[in-house]
Amino acid sequence: MSQLLFILIAALTIASAFWVVFSKNLIYSAVALLFTLFGVAGLYVFLYADFIAATQIIVYVGGILVLIIFGVMLTNKIADNRISHSSLPRFMAGMISFFIFILMMTVVFTTTWHTGEVQSSQGTVALIGEMILTDYLLPFEVASLILLAALMGSALLSRKKNG
Amino acid sequence: MDNLTSYLVISGILFSLGLFGVMTRRNGVAVLMGIELILNAAGLNFIAFNRFGGMHRLDGHVFSIFIIVLAAAEAAVALAIIINLFKNLETVDIDQADRMKG
Repeated sequence: MSQLLFILIAALTIASAFWVVFSKNLIYSAVALLFTLFGVAGLYVFLYADFIAATQIIVYVGGILVLIIFGVMLTNKIADNRISHSSLPRFMAGMISFFIFILMMTVVFTTTWHTGEVQSSQGTVALIGEMILTDYLLPFEVASLILLAALMGSALLSRKKNG
Repeated sequence: MDNLTSYLVISGILFSLGLFGVMTRRNGVAVLMGIELILNAAGLNFIAFNRFGGMHRLDGHVFSIFIIVLAAAEAAVALAIIINLFKNLETVDIDQADRMKG
C-alpha cells in the first residue's frame, strides 16, 4: 500500500514537472507546477520530514505559486499567453540536460553511499527549532535580513514612479 | 522503492527538467518556474541524504528550510524585475532585454 502510494506520488511529481516544462500555455504550466510542488511535499512526508512538508505547502503553494500566477496574469494578455520559440535550439538544450541527467545517474548508481541506520519516525519540529536557535543561529539571522532586503527591494522596484 | 536511490533519481529528473526549462523558455516567468524545479530537486536531495545517510541530527532539514526561504526571496525580486521589464519594454521575452548591449 505504501509502495503503491510512493510510486503514485513520484509519478505525479515527474509527470507534472514534464507538463511544467513542455506546456505551451503559461497558465497550464503554473497549474502543473502546483501539482509538482504538492508531489514534492508528499515525498517529504515519505521521508518523515513533516515540518518541511508543511513549510513547502505553505510557502511554495501559498506564496510563490500565487506570485507566479500574478506574474503570468500581469504580463500576458489573455489571448496571447503562448510561448514563442526558444533562444537555444530545443534539441541542443535537450541533449545538454539529458547528458547531465545521465552523468548524475551514473554517479548515483555507481557510488556506494554511506548508509547508516535509517532515521525512525520522530517529531522533527522541536529538534529543528533547537538547531536553528543554536548551531544555525547566524544563518537564521542572515536569512531574516535577506527576506527584509528582498521585501524592500521588490516593493521599491514595483512601485509607481512619480516625479 | 523507499530507498535513497529512488529519491536521487526523482530529484535528478526534476533537476534536468528544470534545466531544460531554463534553457529553452524565453518568457521570464517560465524561466522562473524552471528555477523553482531545480531548487525543489536540491531540497529533496538534502532531506533524502539526511534520512538515509545515518545522521542523528536534522541538518538537512535546516538546509532545506533555508532553500525555501531563499526561493521565496528570489521569486519576489524576480517577479518585480519581470513586471518592470514588461512596463518598460512591453514584453517579458528575456531575449529582448538587451538594451545595455553595445
